[in-house]
Amino acid sequence: MADYAIEVRGVVKRFGDVLALDSVDLTAKEGEVLGLLGPNGAGKTTLVRVLTTLLKPDSGSARVRGLDVVRDAARLREQIGLAGQYAAVDENLTGLENLVMVGRLYGADRKTAKARGAELLEQFDLVDAGRRPTKTYSGGMRRRLDLAAALVAKPPVLFLDEPTTGLDPRARLLLWDVIDQLVAGGVTALLTTQYLDEADRLANTIAVIDHGRLIAEGTSDQLKDRLGGERLEVQLEPDADPAVAVRALAPMSDDPPVVERTVVKLSVREHRGAIVEAVKRLSEAGVGVDDLALRRPTLQDVFMSLTGRAVEEPGEEAERAA
Amino acid sequence: MRRLASDTLIIAERNLIRLPRAPELLIAFTIQPIMFVLLFRYVFGGAIRTPGYSYVDFLIPGIIVQNIAFGGFVTALGLNEDVHKGLIDRFRSLPMARAAVLAGRTLSDIVTNALSLGILLITGVIIGFSFHTSALDAIAGVGLLLLFGFAFSWFFAFVGLLTSTPESANSVAFIAVFPLTFISSAFVPVNTMPAALKAFAQVNPFTIVVDAVRHLWLGAPAHNSVWGAVVWSFVILAFFSPIAVARYRRAAGQ
Repeated sequence: MADYAIEVRGVVKRFGDVLALDSVDLTAKEGEVLGLLGPNGAGKTTLVRVLTTLLKPDSGSARVRGLDVVRDAARLREQIGLAGQYAAVDENLTGLENLVMVGRLYGADRKTAKARGAELLEQFDLVDAGRRPTKTYSGGMRRRLDLAAALVAKPPVLFLDEPTTGLDPRARLLLWDVIDQLVAGGVTALLTTQYLDEADRLANTIAVIDHGRLIAEGTSDQLKDRLGGERLEVQLEPDADPAVAVRALAPMSDDPPVVERTVVKLSVREHRGAIVEAVKRLSEAGVGVDDLALRRPTLQDVFMSLTGRAVEEPGEEAERAA
Repeated sequence: MRRLASDTLIIAERNLIRLPRAPELLIAFTIQPIMFVLLFRYVFGGAIRTPGYSYVDFLIPGIIVQNIAFGGFVTALGLNEDVHKGLIDRFRSLPMARAAVLAGRTLSDIVTNALSLGILLITGVIIGFSFHTSALDAIAGVGLLLLFGFAFSWFFAFVGLLTSTPESANSVAFIAVFPLTFISSAFVPVNTMPAALKAFAQVNPFTIVVDAVRHLWLGAPAHNSVWGAVVWSFVILAFFSPIAVARYRRAAGQ
C-alpha cells in the first residue's frame, strides 16, 4: 500500500504563457480531508483535473493510492469519484437514470446499478425527484445528484471541486452534512473551495494556493498560529475620527492598524492587559468606543496576510447567484 | 473489446432515451424531412427534367442522403453540449472504454437515421415512389445508406468537439454539408450544371452514394458507384474516427 492516498510532487502545468501550476507538492493520508483553498483562477481546478487524469502534467508526478495519473490512468479511474463545479448530470435523464448509467460505466450490471442508484437517492434525499428529468432540478438538487454520481462505485478517494459554489446557504449546509457523513465513512477527499468557513469546517488539513503556487499548508489552527498575536477589533462611535484612533493604538502593534469603515483592527504584541491599555489610550485621545474585542485570527486574516487580499465571502456569492 | 461494446451500448441508450422526451428533436427527425420531400416534389419537381425516371423516384434516394447528412447535426450539437456541461469530464474520469462516448453517439445516430429513412420511404410511397428492383437490392440500398450515415456521424462528432459553442458547431457543419448535398446528383441531374460545378459534383461522395442507391432501388446504371460508396464510407470513417477520438481525449482539457 502506498504511503499517501494523494501524492503530488513538483507538478507543473502551463497553458500558453500562463503557469497554472508552479511546481506544486501536496500529500494527503488515507482518510484525510484535504482542503485546497484559493481565489478564482488560483489553479485549484487544474490540480483536480491532473489528479483525475483529465489533464496531463507538463512535469512532476501525481499519484492516487500509488497509481500514477499518466502511466496507470485506467486503474486509477477505478479508485476515484469526481464531483465537479458544473454539476455534470445529463439533463434529459432522470436522477435514477443518471446514477444507473454511471454505475454501469463503472462496470456494474444493470440490476446492481439500479439498486445502488436507489440507495443513493435515498441517502441524498432525492427519492421523489429521482423519477423526474434532472432539467427540472434546483441547483442544490443537481449538486447533490452530481455528488451521488461520484459515489456510485464507492470509490476510496473523492475529488470535490467547489461543491457548494453558487448554492444558497441552506443548500450549502445540507451538502456539508452529506460530506461530513462520507468522511465519517473513511473516504479520503480533496475538496477545493473559495470559502474559508467551508475549509475550516470540513478539512483536516488546509493547503492555500494562489497563482499556481502552494503558499501554506497545515491544520486550521497551525495556519492561524502562524499569524502570531491575537487580533484586537475596536468599533468606534459613528462620529469618532479613525485616524486619531489609529495613531493612539499604533504603539501596541508591530504592523500598522487597519481601518474598515468605523472598525480599527490590529494584531497586538501582548495579549495580557491589551483591552485595558486600548481603552486607556483611546480615552486619552478622546475617541469614543462602541465595542471592543480581542480574538484569535480567522482564516480570513491568514489568507489576507498570505496573499495580500481577501477571498470571496459566501454571502456575496449566494446573493449574486440568487 | 467487450468493455468497448457494452460501454458503447450504454451511451447509445442514454442518447436515445431523450428522444421521446424532446418533442422538438422528434419533429426535426420527422416533420422536417417530410416538408423537404413535399417542397421538392411539388414546388421544384415540376420544373426539373429527369430523363428515364419520374421525379419522385429520382428524388427519394437523393433526399434520404441529404437527410442523413443533416441528421448528424444532432451528434455535433450533443457532443458540444456534453463538453460544456462537464459530462465529458465525468465520462473521462470513469474507468470506461475511451472510444465509447463517440461510438455510442454515432451508434445512436444509426437508429435515428433509420427512423427518418423509414418516414421518408413511407412518405415517398404515398406520393408515388416505388422500388424498381428486387427486395434484396432494396435492402442493400438501406444498408448502404445507414453505413454512409454512420461514417458521416464521425465527421460531425469531430466538428462538435472542435468548436467552442453549439452555434459555431452548427455553422461549421452547415458550411461543410450544404455544398456537398446541393452540388451533387441528389436533387438534379449533374449534366445540367456548369463545367466546374459538374466536375465537383461528379467526384462528390454524396453523388456517388446517391447514384449507388438509385442503382440499387431503381436499377439505374451503376458505374462502380456501389463500390465507390462503400469505399467512401470507409475512407470517411478511417479519417474522422481517429481524429475525433484524439480530440475527445483532449476535449475540455483547457
